[in-house]
Amino acid sequence: MSNSPIAVEQHGPELRHHFSTVEQQRDSASLGMWLFLATEIMFFGGMFCAYLIYRLNYYNEFAAGSRSLNLKWGTINTIVLICSSLTVALSVRAAQMGKRKLVVILLILTLIFGLAFLGIKGIEWYDKYKEHHIPGASFNVDDLVREYPQIHIDQSHEQIYFSLYFAMTGLHALHMIIGVGIFSYLLFHAWKGRYTTTYYTPVEIGGLYWHFVDIVWIYLFPLLYLIDRKPLG
Amino acid sequence: MATAATIAEREHYLNKEYGIRSWLLTTDHKRIALLYLVSITFFFFIGGFFALLIRLELLTPAGDLVQADTYNKLFTMHGMVMIFFFLIPSIPAVLGNFLVPMMIGAKDLAFPRINLLSWYLYIISGIMMLHCIVTGGVDTGWTFYTPFSTAFANTKVIEAGLSIFVAGFSSILTGLNFVVTIHRMRAPGMTWSRLPLFIWAHYATSIIQLLGTPVLAVTLVLVVCERLLGLGIFDPNRGGDPLLFQHLFWFYSHPAVYIMILPSMGVVAEIVPCFSRKRIFGYHAVALSSIAIAVFGFLVWAHHMFVAGISLYSAMIFSILSYLVAVPSAIKVFNWTATMYKGSITFSTPMLYAFGFIGLFTMGGLTGLFLACLGIDVHVTDTYFVVAHFHYIMVGGAVMGYLGGMHFWWPKISGRLYPEWLGKFAALIVFLGFNLTFFPQFILGYLGMPRRYWQYPPEFQVLNVMSTAGSTILAVGYVLPMVYFLWSMRYGKIADENPWGAAGLEWKTASPPPTFNFEETPEVTWEAYNYDQIPAPAEVLVEQ
Amino acid sequence: MFDNFPLWPARASTGAGHVDALYVFLVLLASFMSLAIFTMVVVFALKYRRRRGHEAEQIEGSIALEVTWSVVPLAVFMAIFVWGAVIYFQERTPPQGATEVYVVAKQWMWKLEHPEGQREINELHVPVGRDIKLIMTSQDVIHSFYIPAFRIKQDVLPGRYTTQWFRATKPGVYHLFCAEYCGTQHSGMIGQVIVMDPAQYEAWLSGGATSGSLASNGQTIFEQLGCSTCHRFDTQGRGPNLTGVFGKSVQLEDGRTVVADENYIRESILSPSAKVVSGFKPIMPVFQGLVSEEQLNALVAYVKSLNAPATGAAGTPSLSPVGLKPQKLKE
Repeated sequence: MSNSPIAVEQHGPELRHHFSTVEQQRDSASLGMWLFLATEIMFFGGMFCAYLIYRLNYYNEFAAGSRSLNLKWGTINTIVLICSSLTVALSVRAAQMGKRKLVVILLILTLIFGLAFLGIKGIEWYDKYKEHHIPGASFNVDDLVREYPQIHIDQSHEQIYFSLYFAMTGLHALHMIIGVGIFSYLLFHAWKGRYTTTYYTPVEIGGLYWHFVDIVWIYLFPLLYLIDRKPLG
Repeated sequence: MATAATIAEREHYLNKEYGIRSWLLTTDHKRIALLYLVSITFFFFIGGFFALLIRLELLTPAGDLVQADTYNKLFTMHGMVMIFFFLIPSIPAVLGNFLVPMMIGAKDLAFPRINLLSWYLYIISGIMMLHCIVTGGVDTGWTFYTPFSTAFANTKVIEAGLSIFVAGFSSILTGLNFVVTIHRMRAPGMTWSRLPLFIWAHYATSIIQLLGTPVLAVTLVLVVCERLLGLGIFDPNRGGDPLLFQHLFWFYSHPAVYIMILPSMGVVAEIVPCFSRKRIFGYHAVALSSIAIAVFGFLVWAHHMFVAGISLYSAMIFSILSYLVAVPSAIKVFNWTATMYKGSITFSTPMLYAFGFIGLFTMGGLTGLFLACLGIDVHVTDTYFVVAHFHYIMVGGAVMGYLGGMHFWWPKISGRLYPEWLGKFAALIVFLGFNLTFFPQFILGYLGMPRRYWQYPPEFQVLNVMSTAGSTILAVGYVLPMVYFLWSMRYGKIADENPWGAAGLEWKTASPPPTFNFEETPEVTWEAYNYDQIPAPAEVLVEQ
Repeated sequence: MFDNFPLWPARASTGAGHVDALYVFLVLLASFMSLAIFTMVVVFALKYRRRRGHEAEQIEGSIALEVTWSVVPLAVFMAIFVWGAVIYFQERTPPQGATEVYVVAKQWMWKLEHPEGQREINELHVPVGRDIKLIMTSQDVIHSFYIPAFRIKQDVLPGRYTTQWFRATKPGVYHLFCAEYCGTQHSGMIGQVIVMDPAQYEAWLSGGATSGSLASNGQTIFEQLGCSTCHRFDTQGRGPNLTGVFGKSVQLEDGRTVVADENYIRESILSPSAKVVSGFKPIMPVFQGLVSEEQLNALVAYVKSLNAPATGAAGTPSLSPVGLKPQKLKE
């Protein structure tokens, strides 16, 4: 902590006037992003809580709903996101080292992975649309009732599964879209050479955000896709 | 001696730039505080107007002023507007925004542009709520209980829910800004133990805003989806659980009441030492009790659900926890009172509001013990007893703290003094009007008058008439400060740097402060509340 | 306006006195504490007002005081908690053998049905000195059944039963209020609880035309809906024999054990596959949407009545047939 009155510092244009040092600015940005992610945990947490309670009470319907999801696409999406987190982490490191070209390449790769994730999600949702599994007026799970004669499926309970499925994956996808926006912004400025060895904070905190969205998916995937993959009965 | 001429010559945050752009695009935390001041005052009067209509309807047992549906909308929107658009922002967004950077010796909050964004989110949510109100309103109660709100109400539930959703983000961002600022922007020498208790209170409040509000946000999203798409997450007729809604709702809404009271407690902790000319008694106890309230506040939500259908054992656990959360509040009251012991006390307007706070918050808090008590709660929950309880805390507590703070820091904010005798007079009116309005409601509650009743049995009339009479007096008490604060901006006596002789960094800079708060970054080498080192003002305002 | 100006609610149940005693204690405690704080504030404000020559004395604090005024209130709070919890426990534990009255709430009225079959709207007649247990459900939104004179209240939920009980002690007419906001006529969803001397109550009971007791109505519905086809009273049925089942523990197909209470019976009719009894197949038809709340209440009452000792042929339950005078319930 600086302990002299207004230190006249040699600083770049990125030091905002209300901060006294670059370290203070960077630490503040970092703490701010961590706190924001804490709020996001609470935000998703409310829905996870509702999901867990209903999964306990309506196990059969939730298991049937889970099995109706496409495990192939879900797994591919999980791998896609994990790869994107890798490229993000590498891009932060590249920014720290001032390697502009590498940062740009890694950010582009991240965006490709992010868009791939969204595309696959779109495919999955479209499948659900065709199967009449989207909650609302045309919701119908007769197909699941036929597929699993050994359990009783209550359509309203099944609709709760799919309501929570779409709410949770929808909220997650919205965060991905925002992430794509943030990373497009970072890509633009990285290309313009804005991030240097002394100033790479936006890449760092953008990275934190992306990692968080990835972690939410790591929880969503098993909770939504992997319930009861053993034979139902 | 400062004169109007010297004020005009000196550059400060108010005259640095003129024009509407300089206000609407400002990132100066002090200007943003004033933007909030105007906005929340506007919503206070809207919510107050609804309250007046409610009290007028309740003058007679029959429903004869407005229709039942209208009455239901009135109490719903009174609650929503007062809670989300007045109480929750009030002290943090006005006094907190203005003072937090100054009290810790910083030039601004950590994220000034996010601060402005907070205000714009508040305005957007306010416009949405106003639109909802004028195009039909909402009648679910501010608590949105399902399945009524999702499947039976035919009013603008979705719009109201989305409005509050947006307002929540304003609250979250303010909290985020404060926490980062307090952690990272303290001036050299400003250690945690030297922080004013106002800062500790806002820190605790911000933690609650950060962690609690998102749960309300997601709950409202689910309610809106349920209503739009006919889902059944909270509707038992469609396989869902209405108690799940209540748990999720109260998980935020109980901590929310601590968002509303903690900042006021911070204000009182600044006023009482100043006008007793001594350090607060038990600084660490008061600081830690703010944190304790924030933590325990998250553990008691189901005390709103004792008769809702939760299990016996659940109810017992939440009852015990509710008693635990009362202890830190009690500690604060005792410490403030002990601060006055062997002090040198002046009866300025802020101090009168502080006295009012201590008395009324004590009464409101003690009646909370009644509600935490399972055997009593079964009888008085959902009655006017609860209404009286929370108005004692919110109005007798939080609003009095807010008004006390506004009077205390008005010279710093505006560079002017308000007329002291009018200040005292208004404080007295508020105190008397308040008690006449809400004390009868305790009696009404135990008698059995339920809340949210448009019409009621005739034997409840006398107490209702008393309550309405009080509310008209209270209204006068609220209008007066608005009038004389505005008056003082033009005609009030010029204030110098520290008219109260108060401790705190904000009093070591000019009134009004320069844009970057301090001419030089302060370096703190003294403890908080160092009243042994600060001389009392020679000309005490009470003598005016 | 001043004719009727009560400051204390009528006290008309066994529980009311206990609640009032605790309330009075709390009022005294709160008054004492408030007065103590007010007095100290006023005394300090006057005694230590700013005067020439009197400086404030800087006092840091006192750990001893902090501990004292944390521990003592906490101890008092715990005592209040225990007292209140005991009352609450008693309030929520209906005594055995209580007379069961079924309540169905709907926007915006209360429908009540006595076990003898007597139906009421917005009124509840009860005799003095008898334990009455209310078994309540809602047809639409959440309501709350509140009798201030008895100091009891319980939310009434759609989709399940909630219960509360009381024993009235004083004849009279008392308010019944809905205490959970439920829409337009929430404040009109009120009624009366009429407590009568036992003799008067019997007269009232037999005075009204009745279409049979709740349980016998339930038997009729049981047969009409074809329940008796599978739920036979021998071991040949495709569904479990319901004799003596109410209140017992039941082993389910998935290994869980549940108690066959009102909610279980109700759920088994509306959503039979939720909890299938061990050894049986999930083939019971779903009756959601095919039975009204009143019919459900009657069926539940009927199943309960199957616990009574049989007086007819072995395995056949005996009930008052439709049309006969309702029998006096055992005290």
